[in-house]
Amino acid sequence: MPWGEIKDTAAERRLFQRRALVMLVVVFLLLAGLAARMYQLQVAEHDIYTTLSDKNRVQVQSVPPPRGLVYDRNQVLLAENRPVFSVTLVPERVGGMDETLEQLERILEVSEEDLERFERRLREPRRPFQEIPLRYDLTEDEIARLAVHRHRLPGVEVRAELVRYYPHSELTAHALGFVGRINRDELQRIDPVNYAGTNYIGKSGVERFYEKLLHGEVGYQHVETNARGRILRVLERESPSPGEDLQLHLDLRLQARAHELLDGRRGAIVAIEPKTGGLLALASVPGFDANKFVTGISVPDYRELSESKDKPLFNRALRGQYAPASTLKPMLAIAALDSGAVTRDQTIWDPGYFQLKPGGRRYRDWKRGGHGWVDLTHAMAQSCDVYFYEAAVEMGVDTMHSYLSRFGFGEDATLDVSGALSGLLPSPDWKRAMRDEPWYPGDSVNLGIGQGFMLATPLQMATATALIANRGEWVEPRLLKGIEGDQSLDGFLPSETHEPLKLQNPDDWEFIVEAMAEVMHGSRGTARGAGRDAPYRMAGKTGTAQVFSLAEDEEYDAEEIRERLRDHALFVGFAPVENPEIAVAVIVENGGGGSRTAAPVARALFDAWLLEFADTGNDSLVSKTDSQSEAL
Amino acid sequence: MSVREVYTSTASNPLGRPRGFWSALHLDPVLLILLTALIIGGLFVLYSGADRNFDVVKAQAIRFGIAFVVMLVFAQLDPSVFRRWAPWLYAAGLAGLVAVLLVGVGAKGAQRWLALPGLPRFQPSELMKLVVPMMAAWYLSRHFLPPRLPRIGMSLIVVLLPMALIAVQPDLGTALLVGMAGLFVVFFAGMSWRLISAFAVMISVAAPVLWFFGMRDYQKQRVLTLLDPQSDPLGAGWNIIQSKTAIGSGGFEGKGWLQGTQSHLEFLPESHTDFIVAVLAEEFGFIGMLVLLSIYLLIILRCLFIAVVAQDSFSRLIAGALTMTFFIYVFVNIGMVSGLLPVVGVPLPLISYGGTSTVTLMAAFGILMSVHTHRRMISA
Repeated sequence: MPWGEIKDTAAERRLFQRRALVMLVVVFLLLAGLAARMYQLQVAEHDIYTTLSDKNRVQVQSVPPPRGLVYDRNQVLLAENRPVFSVTLVPERVGGMDETLEQLERILEVSEEDLERFERRLREPRRPFQEIPLRYDLTEDEIARLAVHRHRLPGVEVRAELVRYYPHSELTAHALGFVGRINRDELQRIDPVNYAGTNYIGKSGVERFYEKLLHGEVGYQHVETNARGRILRVLERESPSPGEDLQLHLDLRLQARAHELLDGRRGAIVAIEPKTGGLLALASVPGFDANKFVTGISVPDYRELSESKDKPLFNRALRGQYAPASTLKPMLAIAALDSGAVTRDQTIWDPGYFQLKPGGRRYRDWKRGGHGWVDLTHAMAQSCDVYFYEAAVEMGVDTMHSYLSRFGFGEDATLDVSGALSGLLPSPDWKRAMRDEPWYPGDSVNLGIGQGFMLATPLQMATATALIANRGEWVEPRLLKGIEGDQSLDGFLPSETHEPLKLQNPDDWEFIVEAMAEVMHGSRGTARGAGRDAPYRMAGKTGTAQVFSLAEDEEYDAEEIRERLRDHALFVGFAPVENPEIAVAVIVENGGGGSRTAAPVARALFDAWLLEFADTGNDSLVSKTDSQSEAL
Repeated sequence: MSVREVYTSTASNPLGRPRGFWSALHLDPVLLILLTALIIGGLFVLYSGADRNFDVVKAQAIRFGIAFVVMLVFAQLDPSVFRRWAPWLYAAGLAGLVAVLLVGVGAKGAQRWLALPGLPRFQPSELMKLVVPMMAAWYLSRHFLPPRLPRIGMSLIVVLLPMALIAVQPDLGTALLVGMAGLFVVFFAGMSWRLISAFAVMISVAAPVLWFFGMRDYQKQRVLTLLDPQSDPLGAGWNIIQSKTAIGSGGFEGKGWLQGTQSHLEFLPESHTDFIVAVLAEEFGFIGMLVLLSIYLLIILRCLFIAVVAQDSFSRLIAGALTMTFFIYVFVNIGMVSGLLPVVGVPLPLISYGGTSTVTLMAAFGILMSVHTHRRMISA
């Protein structure tokens, strides 16, 4: 080896040492830089990152308040909350929606309907990170299987949710209404904070009207979640304040009886307690099972209900607008007496028809040969049309309109009945505006027997009847009887607005009530059959309304056409005459005559209320538990 | 007694001289203790980073066992063996890289693996982390140092060719490490500072060109994300935000072993692989990080020392380059996790979960030990 190479080796070694020293400095500096960076993050900015880390893992969750329960007047539970286990998905957290759904279908039974409903909700606008339920009412087995697979299913959760349940839904659906999932419009309307954890909202009836009271106030909890949003533990909790429990005037026994009485028919029964205006029964038959609507009704189920000829979804008691026919006569009689159009003893000759002028059109009486000489009492008892034709012409439309409106016709006079319609109380102004025609005297003639343009709901008829039972004292119909804890209803129940109907001669009330008693108990009363052998006295008025409309495209077989073209049977009345405890309006669609079909229904209700249920009529919320079981 | 032996005996540092038992095993006890401390500490962090999955720790321990055997084997070989084999290994490595591009298998849009029948799957690019500096060291040490310009040019080609082949796989992280390993050889060989400055200027000019023509969209995205993680907090910026949050929330003392919320609640991605240092920082705090950086520093110091006292140029160059490559691992990984550097796939050496890089790293330490323990002794 040449000498020169040894020298060079030493030089190379020195060169390398210099370079290594440079690298050593670089390593020192860069590692110091890393340490400085760590100091910056971990010491200087520690607080910032602690906050970030906590924000990551700790989330504030809203805890929905349990919805208030609803009881009838005897503390029978009408609406409760049941825990239901459902599987929900948070789309923001689900890895692949299609694969996840596919996997879930292997684990659970997921029907076409569930999927369809789920996908519909997926497309609807919603809050971010809101859970969308896929299937309700999971079985224990399915919950266990989900638990096994859940690590592979981010964004999928099993939720125990309190879901509204109506134990007597077929009976109460129309009176109570129901809750359902919050929809797009409601989302705009509700307070986003208070409803942050709530999925359901009152859609109709009591559930809708008292939504605020029933809902309660939202609570919060701080939870620790992982990156996939799975809750690991609850750190802190502020409990929600539950919704108020409500007691209604409704009596489930009477409601059930009303449904029994109308079973197999279509119709409505409204029963009011005249002293309080409380609605004792609000039946529209056929009813339906509102529980199906709570978690979202399936398309075939909905179609079956909505396309049924019997229209079970139609609330006849509140929204069925019928010609009141002869049931309007007591109110018209009051108007005629008070306005001086007739006197108590004045008689007219009824030849079986009425003419405005000799040789003019004949307005016929229901009784072909006529009633002969009749005074007001007879005209009421026998429902003489000609007497009321003449009285109507004598009064004129303005007088009739004025009195009838004070009976609550043409308006929604209810305090807390959601969705009640106001019927139609015709006037010349109305006719000009709507039909561009003047008011003819013939229109007044028709109004005199509650036909023509006049429309009223069963609830309005019952309200007007209760007014007569109260001898002019107004009681607006209402459902709410009490709030748990004996809270005052002020501020929750709207205030009463109607002035009492004062007559120039208050004794006229008694006269008309006696005339209505004649209907039930008189030897020629149209409802004497229904009033026979009663241990109490009742007052009433029958009515028979012509069926005026039938859509041409509706398909019926011949038998059915005959059935559905029959007149509607109506009845209004109250009992006992002296100290009324119940006022009712009954309508049986296509039931034929009011005296034969509707009046016996009312008698059965009177008997039930006054005789059968009399002993347990008025409990308060205090004795909630013991009376629950015995009712029904 | 040859001239060479006289030289070595005078120059050798008594502290660095292996003796007795360790000498017979060709192991360096200082390096071995440091590595063992790092690996055992790392397994504890891994247990936490893998969310208490003991199987992961077990698998990693087995890998370390294999890697340790590889290190042992490499340590037994004389440095001259590496020198003689360097050109052949280099040629084989290049062939492997070309084969990967043609018939390689891979995932996530990158072809990195070569599956030859009868052999386990392996990444030629991983092998090149050792072979490229070996080749460069072989090439440069054959002549006087410092090398002249043409030699430097040639050696740069030797380095950049495999680097380019790896970069197009694409595997930016490995390309970077392979390139750096080779360039460190050139640097240690004595490339003049003037040339280095000239190259630095050239690179800063070429960077925009690389940006517009050379980088893939996802790579650009990583750089942009580094500059402004908040621009895409749920996407590409997520990793950086979460790892910085993990590190920062650890504070001075840390949240305690297994108590890290960022990692255990799954906010931190890749918490047992590339981002494992964030787990350590979260659970052991600033103190833990100082300990980690100190161990790395001590390892690097020991290795540089081994390089400095090595007996011939090839040994010095390869030892110096492998040491600095190890440092680059550390710096790039921690820099990336703490948000100083863009996200590139570089594991934290000897702590991150993963097989191939562990074996390569331990092989590199085997070479270093070989350099240190195969010394020409004074025979008389």
